[in-house]
Amino acid sequence: MQTPQNIDPRTVDYGAVPDEKGHFGPYGGRFVSETLIAALDELQAAYAMLKDDASFQAEFDSDLAHYVGRPSPIYHAERWSKKLGGAQIFLKREDLNHTGAHKVNNTIGQALLAKHMGKPRVIAETGAGQHGVASATVAARLGMECQVFMGAEDVKRQSLNVYRMKLLGADVVPVTSGSRTLKDAMNEALRDWVTNVDNTFYIIGTVAGPAPYPQLVRDFQSVIGRESRVQMQAQTGRLPDCLVACVGGGSNAIGLFHPFLNDHDVAMHGVEAGGYGITTGKHAAPLNDGKPGILHGNRTYLMEDEDGQIIDTHSISAGLDYPGVGPEHSWLKDMGRVNYVAVTDDEAMDAFRALTQIEGIMPALETSHALAYAAKLAQDMDKDKTILVNLSGRGDKDILTVADIDGITL
Amino acid sequence: MSRIAARMKACQDRGRKAVIPYIVAGDPWLEITVSAMHTLVDAGADIIELGVPFSDPMAEGPVIQLGHERALANHIGLSDVLAMVAEFRNKDRETPVVLMGYANPIEVMGYTVFAEAAQRAGVDGVLTVDMPPEEASESNTIFRQHGIDAIFLIAPTTSNQRTKQICAMATGYIYYVSLKGVTGAGHLDTAEVESKVRFIKQTTDLPVCVGFGIKDADSARAIAKYADGVVVGSVLVDGMGECVGMNVRDNEADLNTESKSFNANEKNLFTKKITDKIMSIVSVIALGANP
Repeated sequence: MQTPQNIDPRTVDYGAVPDEKGHFGPYGGRFVSETLIAALDELQAAYAMLKDDASFQAEFDSDLAHYVGRPSPIYHAERWSKKLGGAQIFLKREDLNHTGAHKVNNTIGQALLAKHMGKPRVIAETGAGQHGVASATVAARLGMECQVFMGAEDVKRQSLNVYRMKLLGADVVPVTSGSRTLKDAMNEALRDWVTNVDNTFYIIGTVAGPAPYPQLVRDFQSVIGRESRVQMQAQTGRLPDCLVACVGGGSNAIGLFHPFLNDHDVAMHGVEAGGYGITTGKHAAPLNDGKPGILHGNRTYLMEDEDGQIIDTHSISAGLDYPGVGPEHSWLKDMGRVNYVAVTDDEAMDAFRALTQIEGIMPALETSHALAYAAKLAQDMDKDKTILVNLSGRGDKDILTVADIDGITL
Repeated sequence: MSRIAARMKACQDRGRKAVIPYIVAGDPWLEITVSAMHTLVDAGADIIELGVPFSDPMAEGPVIQLGHERALANHIGLSDVLAMVAEFRNKDRETPVVLMGYANPIEVMGYTVFAEAAQRAGVDGVLTVDMPPEEASESNTIFRQHGIDAIFLIAPTTSNQRTKQICAMATGYIYYVSLKGVTGAGHLDTAEVESKVRFIKQTTDLPVCVGFGIKDADSARAIAKYADGVVVGSVLVDGMGECVGMNVRDNEADLNTESKSFNANEKNLFTKKITDKIMSIVSVIALGANP
C-alpha cells in the first residue's frame, strides 16, 4: 500500500474516502469482536440507503434549521483581532446551537437513523458530558430509552452535565473500570451494545470507532464546513486563508475541514490538548506524540506504551481527554494536508479569558485550545488575511472548573 | 499436523470433549502463571487459552476485566506472556497453548516479530478478539507461515454466508461465542447454540469449541453434547481473584496504577489456594463435559 506520507495531498479525491471497508489509507477499518459485525453491517446498509434519500435529508435539514437553530452565524472578532495586531479572526458559532455545542448536529443525524432502523433504545459514551447531553436531548424528543456511559471520574468532574442528562430522562451509568474516563466509557458502551445489539443503536460522539462511524459522523458534522464556505464568501468575498479547530476525537474539526479539503490554498490547523506540555508526557495529543495502533474499532494514532497498553491522558478539558483520534485525522496528518499542533492547559485558559473579556463570548475549554493557537497564528499574519476558528462549544459547563483554577468555591 | 489439530484428533478418537480453560497471564502475579498452567493440565485441560493482558478489554465482562487489571498492575506485557509459554514448554511439549487477546499489543510488537517469537516460545494458536477476518488477511498469512493457527470467533449474530467465509480462513478450531454479550454473562440458550454449532459443523471439518457462559458441570454437559470442546474462563478467573481477595472492584483503589505486591509467605499460601481452586473448578467442568 502507498504510504500516506508519499501522497501529494493536492491529488487526493477526498470524497472517495473512506473505501468500502472504512479505510482512510492505513487507518480506520473495523476492529471489533464478531458479535458486532452484523450490527455494523446493518448500520452501514441503512446509512448507504438513507444518505442519498431526499426525504431523510429533508428531515435532517429541517431538524437542523428548526430544532438546532442552523445555520449558525459567523462572527468577526474584530476587537480581539485588532488587539492581536495581525490577521482577522472569524468565529463559526457552533456554541449557539441548541445544547450549546456542535455535538447535536451528529446526534440528530444518528437518532434519525435509529428511528428509521426501528431501534427503540440508544446508548452513548461521554467525557465532558456534551455528547451525553446531546444524545439525551434527541432521545427525549424522539421518545427513546437512553443510557449514557460516563467514566466515574468524569461523573465527579462534570456534575452539572450529569444532572442535565438525568433531567432529560437519560440513565447515566458511571464506569469504574480501567482509568474511569472517556475511553473506559466507550469500552462499556461497546459491551452494552454487544449484549443488547438487537434493540439498541449506539450513538458514537466523535469521528472514531469502527466503520461506518467515522464517515457518518463526518458527514453529519460537515454541515459546519458547508455553511462556512458560503458564509465566508458572502461576508469577506473569498474563502478564509486558514481554518483552526480543536481535536479530541476530532468531530468538530473534520466537520469544518472536510468541505474545504479540495481548496488547496486553505491551510488547516488541528489543535490537540497539550496538557502540562508535550515533553511532560501528561497530555492528550496522540497526533503530536503518539503512534499508530488499534483501539475502539479503528486503527489510528494512539497514546500507548511500549507494550501496546493505552495510557492515561491529561487535559484541562474533559472533552479532549481521550487517547485516540479519528482515523481520517491520522491520514490527513501523514499526508500533510492538515497541520496538527498542541497547546497547553495554561495557553487554553489564557484564550478562554481573552475571548470572554474582549468579545463577551465564553468558549468551552475544548474550543479555547483552538482559540489559543489561532491567536498565535494571527500575530504572524498580515491584517488582510483571515482565520476561521470553529467555536465548537460554549463555556457555561466549564465554569466550575475555571472557578476551581481560580481558587474560588461557588 | 499442528499441536492443536493433533490434540483435537486425539480427543475425538477417544470420544472426549476438549476442556479448554482460560486464565489471564500474570494474574494475580507473574510467576504464578506457569505453575497454574501445569495445574490446569493436571486437572484435565486439553488446551490452554492464555489471556494477554490489555488495558481496554472490550469483549470482557467484569470478572475477566478484573483479571486483566490485576495482571496490568504487575506490568505484564506480550513479551512476558511469550516468556511464560517458553517456560511452560520446558516441561510440557504436548498441551497446545492459544493466546487470546486484543490486536494492539501485537500491532505494536509487529506481526512478523510477534509470530517469530511466538513460534519460538511454543505458542500454537492466536485468537485476536477485535481482529475480524476482513482485517486479518495479512496477520493470517504471517501466522500460517510460522505454523501458528489463527482461531476465529463465530457469534450468534454471524450470518450463514459469513460463517462459511470465517470457516474458510480459520485453522485449529472454531470458537463459537454462545451468547450475545460479554464473557461471563449468564443467559445461555443451549437450544440456540445447538442449531448454530450444527450449522458450523456442516460447513467445516474443523472442531467447534464453545465459550462465554459455561460456568459449571451442567452448562458444560449441555454444551458438550454437540460441541467438540468447552471453554471455561470467567469462573476460573473469578476463583483465582477470590483466592487473593481481589475479585471485587474496589471503588476507591485504581488497580491500574496501584500494584498489589505479595510477599513470599503470601505467595506460598496463595499458590496453594489457587492450585486447589483450579483443580476443583477444572475437574468439575471436565467431568461435566465428559460424564
